[in-house]
Amino acid sequence: MSVLAVIEHDRGTIATASLGVLTAARNLAAQMGTSLEAVTVGSNADALASVAGQYGATVVHQAHHDALTDFGPEAWGEAVAQVVRATSPQVVIGTGTERGHEVIAQVAARLDLPASMNCTEFDSSFNGTQPLRVVRARWGGSLLEQAEVDATIKLVTLANHTVDAVEAPTSASNTVHNVNLDSSVMHSFVQDRVERVAGVTLATAPVVVSGGRGVGSAEAFAPLEELAGLLGGVVGCSRAVTNNGWRNHTDQVGQTGTRIAPDIYIACGISGAIQHWVGAMASKNILAINTDKEANIVTKAGYAVIGDLHKIVPAISEEIRRRRG
Amino acid sequence: MNILVCVKRVPAPGARINITDDGQAVDTAFLGFTVSPHEECAVEQAVQLVEKHGGEVTVLTLGPAEAEEQLRTAVSVGAAKAVLVPITESDWDPQRTAQAIASVITDLENANGKYDLVLFGNESADSCGYQVGIRVALKLGRPMVNGAKGLDIEGSVAKVRRESDAGQEIYMLPLPSAVGVKEGINLPRYPTMKGRLASKKVDVTRTESTGSVGGLKMIQLQRPPERVSNTQILGTGPEAASAVVDLLEELGVFK
Ligand SMILES: Cc1cc2nc3c(=O)[nH]c(=O)nc-3n(C[C@H](O)[C@H](O)[C@H](O)COP(=O)(O)OP(=O)(O)OC[C@H]3O[C@@H](n4cnc5c(N)ncnc54)[C@H](O)[C@@H]3O)c2cc1C
Ligand SMILES: Cc1cc2nc3c(=O)[nH]c(=O)nc-3n(C[C@H](O)[C@H](O)[C@H](O)COP(=O)(O)OP(=O)(O)OC[C@H]3O[C@@H](n4cnc5c(N)ncnc54)[C@H](O)[C@@H]3O)c2cc1C
Repeated sequence: MSVLAVIEHDRGTIATASLGVLTAARNLAAQMGTSLEAVTVGSNADALASVAGQYGATVVHQAHHDALTDFGPEAWGEAVAQVVRATSPQVVIGTGTERGHEVIAQVAARLDLPASMNCTEFDSSFNGTQPLRVVRARWGGSLLEQAEVDATIKLVTLANHTVDAVEAPTSASNTVHNVNLDSSVMHSFVQDRVERVAGVTLATAPVVVSGGRGVGSAEAFAPLEELAGLLGGVVGCSRAVTNNGWRNHTDQVGQTGTRIAPDIYIACGISGAIQHWVGAMASKNILAINTDKEANIVTKAGYAVIGDLHKIVPAISEEIRRRRG
Repeated sequence: MNILVCVKRVPAPGARINITDDGQAVDTAFLGFTVSPHEECAVEQAVQLVEKHGGEVTVLTLGPAEAEEQLRTAVSVGAAKAVLVPITESDWDPQRTAQAIASVITDLENANGKYDLVLFGNESADSCGYQVGIRVALKLGRPMVNGAKGLDIEGSVAKVRRESDAGQEIYMLPLPSAVGVKEGINLPRYPTMKGRLASKKVDVTRTESTGSVGGLKMIQLQRPPERVSNTQILGTGPEAASAVVDLLEELGVFK
């Protein structure tokens, strides 16, 4: 009887999404009158037991195997599945990230259990005996679904950024599980890794100047680059742009691109289709530059300038330079 | 090199997604249909791999009879064969979907030999369950990695590249294997004249399949709270530049 939080980490460094998961799992456990437990995969994550304890875990299950030195979706899934089998939690919560979804899906496949990804809410009257009612994000968050997970062990992931991390220290005890991993799960380990170069990324930039189909060509992004440079930001784009080969997909904002949350999002020549909007809606401020005052992005943005981006964007850069002298 | 790609027919909404009155489905009265961008890229990647290594691409979908349209679109950009697993009721849950797809693939492989690769999208466009491919791969007993931003064949190994917060990860999966593809891995081509003709002529194979009902039940769809904004129009044309920079100063992004 427990709620089990699956801790995501990278070679022993905890993923921040895990803290929201621990918090949500603790709240659910409290409402069910049961305890929060956590699982870490690989002995390089053993030190994370103290973090789990900081967030209220009473037991931390540590899955050990010599092969568990780096991420491998199938081996991680099998390791967590074995801990789940051994401990029979009522609910298992993973992170709503690429790795988190993948591990929970692997656990679900291995135990032949249902799994509900990207949950934003759990039924506040859930006591552990009935099916678990959840609200989950579809269409990358453009639509929500009320769903029911009907199984003895409920597997879910928590949509990222839906629960803030709140500490509630306890003293956690550790239990080591020496898991059995056969050759079938050994193929999908990370074999090699090229570290990312540090710098501002689309996901973390304070200013994003984005262009859509209205920009018209790859070359016509130069004024957007210039404005982004003046503001210490980066350039983003819509899918119409990547589809035309004007910019790399790494610049795409949206459901199948990057989710951004800058201080200001400047959207130039972008109509604001729902799949684009879900990637941009967490921006603190949005300025739309569009010839069409009825465009969806214009009606949803806090600020707008109506007109031709090819004239407006250079004029803004010009004005910035003028004021800076 | 024979490759199977699984695609799912979904509506293509524009500015907003409307729900039917009973809350059971997306209102598709005025909508076209498509597949997820991830799946479009999976088809393109498969076509590029057979162009390089020989063989052919088969596309498979589980869905209503109308999903033939998405199969034909895949043929128009280079797939050779198309398989429809028809369902009559509303959608199937992920466990049932995976079971049905895995059993059809097993039958196809028993008849025609193994697919070197089975490709999926990272997640479907509508339901975003992140699981059907992983479930199918396990049932077929082949290694599977999701989230591929690069996929090459090196001898008898599929080399998969994916992005993480830390950097680029490389996975080496012995064939036959399964891979979930993410948009950005390539730039899908547009259909050619020849492709369009082929897509009209191709015979879509219909293969019935069943699967037992799983434990995830959709109760109802709902729209997230909408952000209502009283848009402040800063001006029209380049004359608005000064008002824009005032705003940037006020927000503290321009110092
Ligand atoms: C499952 C799925 C996932 C998707 N994921 C994404 C995603 O991640 N990201 C994404 O962006 N899209 C995504 N899309 C595509 C999305 O539906 C839209 O097709 C796309 O966002 C449109 O891009 P756009 O706004 O640049 O182009 P358009 O919709 O064509 O809009 C162009 C805009 O530019 C304006 N304009 C034209 N000329 C000028 C000018 N000179 N000056 C100023 N304004 C001008 C027009 O008024 C118009 O508003 C997805 C679609 C699906 C089905
Ligand atoms: C009663 C009921 C009603 C439902 N109603 C709806 C509804 O109205 N709208 C809705 O969107 N969902 C509905 N669902 C859920 C829906 O059926 C799931 O979308 C489906 O089971 C597949 O899961 P997924 O889309 O989450 O796939 P994911 O796990 O996200 O898919 C990953 C990949 O698997 C492959 N794949 C997934 N499904 C298929 C398929 N059918 N054919 C071929 N390849 C596939 C694709 O390559 C895809 O990219 C309903 C479910 C039930 C039980």
